[in-house]
Amino acid sequence: MVIRRILLLCVFCVGAVSCASTSDSLYNDIGGEAKVAEIVDNFIYEIEYDPTILAYFEGSDIDRFRAKLIEQLCMVTGGPCSYSGDTMEQVHGGMNITETDFNRTVDLLINAMNKAGVSHRHQNQILAQLAPMRSQMLYK
Amino acid sequence: MRRVAATLAAGLLCSSASFAGDGKLIGTAGLNQVEGAGGGGIVPWATLSGYDSQDQTSASAFVTRVNLDDYRLTALGANLSLYDRVELSVARHTFDLTTLGGEIQQNVYGMKVRLYGDVVYSDFPQLSAGVQHKRLQDSAIAYALGSADENGTDYYLVATKVHLGAAAGFNLVWNVTARATKANQLGLLGFGSQNDDDYDVMFEGSVGVLFNRHLAAGVEYRQKPDNLGLGEEDWWDAFITYIPSKSFNVTLAWAELGSIAGAPDQNGLYLSVGGQLW
Repeated sequence: MVIRRILLLCVFCVGAVSCASTSDSLYNDIGGEAKVAEIVDNFIYEIEYDPTILAYFEGSDIDRFRAKLIEQLCMVTGGPCSYSGDTMEQVHGGMNITETDFNRTVDLLINAMNKAGVSHRHQNQILAQLAPMRSQMLYK
Repeated sequence: MRRVAATLAAGLLCSSASFAGDGKLIGTAGLNQVEGAGGGGIVPWATLSGYDSQDQTSASAFVTRVNLDDYRLTALGANLSLYDRVELSVARHTFDLTTLGGEIQQNVYGMKVRLYGDVVYSDFPQLSAGVQHKRLQDSAIAYALGSADENGTDYYLVATKVHLGAAAGFNLVWNVTARATKANQLGLLGFGSQNDDDYDVMFEGSVGVLFNRHLAAGVEYRQKPDNLGLGEEDWWDAFITYIPSKSFNVTLAWAELGSIAGAPDQNGLYLSVGGQLW
């Protein structure tokens, strides 16, 4: 009896958590598809004007980068997308991205979000979703 | 020749620019605590003092003043952070006895080594270990109060973590420090005593919220030993910090430092100005 109650409570908790993350997603809070595309467009613009970071993009397909990054941002913020691009290791392998340049790129992303009018709190929540990927990108 | 010199100068400027520490998010490097280490105000953090990444160096300087009822502490210091791995610091304390008259000076030489992690990005908190070697320049009062020594060394282990967006979307930072020390009131009243000359392990901590990329507020706590039997009490403060750029920060705090050398309830304003030089 006790076990059943605990199980029921667990199911309820899991349900509550998953409901919270689908109905009230960060993706919807920030403004959905249009806002994610705006952030990515601003980000690409920031990169174009930063010679240090632009160098990493030499020979890459910017249209593909744009499409895949929109997909990825949509997915990590809980939007209705699944990322279909290469793994972070595949994309960043051989680039030997330094910690300095990585952090500089984060600053560019913050600029992009500022220009898109994303609130400070939503920016932090987006960065929190992206932060765990850093170890798959640095010095590879 | 002139062109060569100009090219060289430009090259030096460029290389020093890429060498200088700017490779961290603003606000995540913390401040300079009163003994010279990168930290909060009265508590050292695991972060090193500057914004340098693994490929960079940085130097910072600060001045801090605490106006208490019967005393005034002025701390002047500078530190060097190398490749986000080692921090070297020096600080000079001038402790004015505004009620009794006179002053006590002390020099603090510090070193801190980052052992693990990144305060923002690693799964576990950033972990560092440090030492602070303190040399009292005016020891008469310390000995008169019963101190055993005019020089002392603190050893500390510290963990610090920034949680992105964790406090209702705001970034949250917390810090816990364990310090082995003999110091009486930072060392200004000497080290140990005739009766108690053993190291004590003291806990220190801080919690802060970054309201945006330039404004933070929080509280700090520092446990203190009472070697001299003068009723030395734990310290705490509540602070607000404005960080307009990586090269400038200013902190205002309310500090409650308890009883100092028999004078009770030493409270007052703490003001600190600091910044990164390169």
